[in-house]
Amino acid sequence: MTGLGSLIGRNCRLFFKDKGMFFTSLITPAILLVLYATFLAGVYRDSFASAIPAEVAVDKALINATVGGQLVSSLLAVTCVTVAFCTNLLMAQDKVTGTRGDLTITPVKPATLALGYFLASALSTFLVSFVALAASLIYLAIVGWYLSFADVLLLFLEVCLLVLFGTAISSLVNYPLSTNGQCSAVGTIVSAGYGFICGAYMPISSFGDGLQKVLMFLPGTYGTSLIRNRALAGVFREMSAIGFPEEVLTGIKDSIDCNLYFFGHGVSQGVMFAVLAGSVALLVGAYCLLNMLRRQKV
Amino acid sequence: MENVIEISHLCKSFGEVKAVSDLSFRVKEGELFAFLGVNGAGKSTTISILSGGLSRDSGSVKVCGQEIRDSLDALKRRIGVVFQNSVLDKPLTVMENLKSRAALYGIRGKAFEARLEELDRLLSLKELYSRTVGKLSGGQRRRIDIARALLHDPSILILDEPTTGLDPQTRKLLWSAVSEMRREKHMTVFLTTHYMEEAADADYVVILDSGKIAAEGTPLTLKNTYTGDFITLYGVTEEQVKALGLPYEKIRDAFRVAVKDTAAATALILKQPELFRDYEITKGKMDDVFLAVTGKKLTGGQER
Repeated sequence: MTGLGSLIGRNCRLFFKDKGMFFTSLITPAILLVLYATFLAGVYRDSFASAIPAEVAVDKALINATVGGQLVSSLLAVTCVTVAFCTNLLMAQDKVTGTRGDLTITPVKPATLALGYFLASALSTFLVSFVALAASLIYLAIVGWYLSFADVLLLFLEVCLLVLFGTAISSLVNYPLSTNGQCSAVGTIVSAGYGFICGAYMPISSFGDGLQKVLMFLPGTYGTSLIRNRALAGVFREMSAIGFPEEVLTGIKDSIDCNLYFFGHGVSQGVMFAVLAGSVALLVGAYCLLNMLRRQKV
Repeated sequence: MENVIEISHLCKSFGEVKAVSDLSFRVKEGELFAFLGVNGAGKSTTISILSGGLSRDSGSVKVCGQEIRDSLDALKRRIGVVFQNSVLDKPLTVMENLKSRAALYGIRGKAFEARLEELDRLLSLKELYSRTVGKLSGGQRRRIDIARALLHDPSILILDEPTTGLDPQTRKLLWSAVSEMRREKHMTVFLTTHYMEEAADADYVVILDSGKIAAEGTPLTLKNTYTGDFITLYGVTEEQVKALGLPYEKIRDAFRVAVKDTAAATALILKQPELFRDYEITKGKMDDVFLAVTGKKLTGGQER
């Protein structure tokens, strides 16, 4: 593994020093913030307020924490994946610029090169996502804090898992890219589309039945739901404590994708974890296989 | 001198296009070997195969007596490549680039610092260490490219059109660094170039045309084989030159008469000494060789 540390350092440094790449990776989270700041927060606040039973007195902080939890979960869900895609575009850009040739003439093994891209992408995405997580927690503390220490730890764990998922899927998708056009196409599609298909911009429950069924086959959906459940766990506990009827709580959870249904069957959080972890294992396996199948070119 | 590079019957096609066809040649240890050809002649394809970056269809490629397929990792430590275009990371500083590339050869810490000192002596790099590669001038960037290629002290240096677009001062610096490396380390240099004067300084030249060897030999052999000598005559009239019955061209204040070889030039002078009061005899140039061999003129890599 000669040079692995150096490759990881080089790749991470390139991501953070290349302003174009760095800011492009933040486009999707930025779009989300703009959507919330302009109208989504208001829409959700009104929606929650209308769902609250008349006999239950609700603190304003609880509603703010509910809306905030949804914003935070959406933000983290897209950040973990879209940032990973952008950081991992380096593997394609190195081919475009010819730098890949300069790396492959060294004695570094192709597997080390591939691992270098993967780990650097994961590390860079972790760093950005953890900053986003820290900012999210500060935001929640300001608007209304209902999370327990265990919730925060689990949220951290889920962010890690989603970062690994984003890194694994982007490694696989970016692997065959070799032109600037392909890179920008993938960057644009992911930046523009991922927020929708993972349920970050709008809850999947608000989409049509057919589309909902299709989206349930995408592992990212479960990642968003896990994070959303965690970010809102304290809020739901508080709602239960102050007397929200169970059916109202279920209704709220259904409407914001905390409860997911795979062809009518409820998906537990354990299964969501398993789907996400299994996807990571599968994608990493496929990435390794691709690299192993690539014959030494001599 | 033993052969450092031995390429035999090398073939490589891209679809219908035969980039390299039955190519065979040898490069001896310590020599400056020049590979000439217009764009698309197969030079870069050969270099890519030689450095392990491209697969071949058939043929054998041996470096230091070993087939590169069998010992690529070891051979990669013996080969340094200066690519046609700079391939260093533009957003990073010179130091960051050199440090990260050196680590890929396992060169770190004190060993890296010591190597950097040596390279600085050769290429005057110190003032560039903290500069971002993307903000360097073409010449400065080329110096860093060469430093990167020499980081692991290779015994074979491949220069793929290294001086294209460089100012004369940087070209001079580059060649002085290469000459010093050759002198001190007995380094073998494999050069592709569009500049004929660079090829003229080589120990051995191979001229490629459409993926095949069109001619090969030392510059002197090639000049003797493919071009004649030229007598530049001063202080004579055009009628006098015309009377010689040989091809000539009028230059600013003289006439350039083409003769078969130096012996023919001597015979001509002895025959008409009254005409040859002020003259010089020169060999044909590599441009003439290239034109005679390929029927093409090489100007900055473009076919004419």
